[in-house]
Amino acid sequence: MSFITGAGLTPYGKQPDKNTLDLMSEAAASALADAQLERADIDGLVCGYSTTMPHLMLSTVFAEHFGLNPAYAHAIQLGGATGFAMAMLAHHLVDSRVADNVLVVAGENRLTGQTRDSAIQTLAQVGHPVYEVPLGATIPAYYGLLASRYMTEYGTTESDLAELAVLMRKHACMHPGAQFRTPITVDAVLESKPIASPLKLLDCCPVSDGGAAFVVRRVPGNGHAVRIRGTGQSHTHQHISAAPSLTQFAAGASVAKALGAAGAELGDVNYAAIYDSFTITLTILLEEIGLAPRGGAGRQAREGHYDHDGPLPLNTHGGLLSYGHCGVGGAMAHLVEAQRQLTNRAQNRQAGNATLALLHGDGGVLSSHVSLVLERVA
Amino acid sequence: MNPLDWTNDGDGITYQCCRQCDSRWYFQRGFCPRCGSSNPTTLQASGIGMVHARTLVSRAPTEEWKAHSPYLIVMIDADEGFHLMAHGSMELQIGTRARARFIALAGRKIPYFEKFQ
Repeated sequence: MSFITGAGLTPYGKQPDKNTLDLMSEAAASALADAQLERADIDGLVCGYSTTMPHLMLSTVFAEHFGLNPAYAHAIQLGGATGFAMAMLAHHLVDSRVADNVLVVAGENRLTGQTRDSAIQTLAQVGHPVYEVPLGATIPAYYGLLASRYMTEYGTTESDLAELAVLMRKHACMHPGAQFRTPITVDAVLESKPIASPLKLLDCCPVSDGGAAFVVRRVPGNGHAVRIRGTGQSHTHQHISAAPSLTQFAAGASVAKALGAAGAELGDVNYAAIYDSFTITLTILLEEIGLAPRGGAGRQAREGHYDHDGPLPLNTHGGLLSYGHCGVGGAMAHLVEAQRQLTNRAQNRQAGNATLALLHGDGGVLSSHVSLVLERVA
Repeated sequence: MNPLDWTNDGDGITYQCCRQCDSRWYFQRGFCPRCGSSNPTTLQASGIGMVHARTLVSRAPTEEWKAHSPYLIVMIDADEGFHLMAHGSMELQIGTRARARFIALAGRKIPYFEKFQ
């Protein structure tokens, strides 16, 4: 049994005067306040990585900087899946009594701490250094490849993909911390700059500065607790050239494990937080998990299915596509928003009946999958 | 003679095959990733296959690649039963039969697929 008892999130976008440790500290302080805990209460620390501050021991660098003396600490790396993998680890750490109060934190000045070319080249390294990266491939190119195949098999159109970008922007317009808060249309997405076909600029998440943190405890405490009911992972490959399929991934298996651990059914889920690095990522994940029919995610978005007051509110903060993506913190923003929803504090974005949330993240090129089931505490 | 391998500046594509379980794969290593048998065979591929996926890259990662953009990156379903990433001519569509030749681009040798009847 474990609870997320507090969460903190900075605004995402340009924060030129803040470095990795500044953004991590800001988010961590906010999470402690939300959990009503002091630094001295924290006996476990799990953090991610920062491409602008590569370090062998980021967790102890942060512990020293922020003023923690944990009994357990380390950093983990699983690409975009890192945030939810850290939540899963913290859950097991408190459940197995290794620690009582685990702080999970990430932050990065990914936007202003390096040039855009540098960010693109660093991220492309999830590709194979001998067989893929030397071809001038980029992350959008890897996703463009699987998008072309998926769309051919399931009939998804570029307009269907665009609907998800429009939806995420609509949600971001309701969150003061989001990087992009100007509404967009399907036509604007279709007419945006080509990046790696079929993906255009507005099908791709931005690069952002930002930080996110949360506290995982064995007891709900006096903060704002949600229960971690189940967790799961599944991994099939690292490189797209070695993927067993470009249309079937491990999202379904990962979610099945998390739901099994939670003793819940997919139909019980009434809030969804799904990784959306690209519109095709969100499309494939929604459809493989079974939250949308194959080829139907775009249509459902257009029909209001995923609106904050719809049947299955989705990424109500605006997701990676419009709240922003600062690396490890990217998916953690989905978790922070889920915690806000499940504790009835999402203000103008509050979903009517968010009691059971499914969170799913992926790392690499739909390579690594982590799923969480979170539940409102009565 | 060792098979020609574009990753080693040769005009060819290699793949590996397990002597025990007949598994086939692209990324070279000294054992079979399926059954663990050592000493797999390294073979020369025909360079012929079908286009499995395609993407036209307009936003290149480096100055060197920007000089060549847009360029088509394809995933090829090789006749020998493995996938590989390569460049290709613009007319390639999913399902097109294609054959590789080897060209110098952005300072290195790469496989470049063209339509093949």
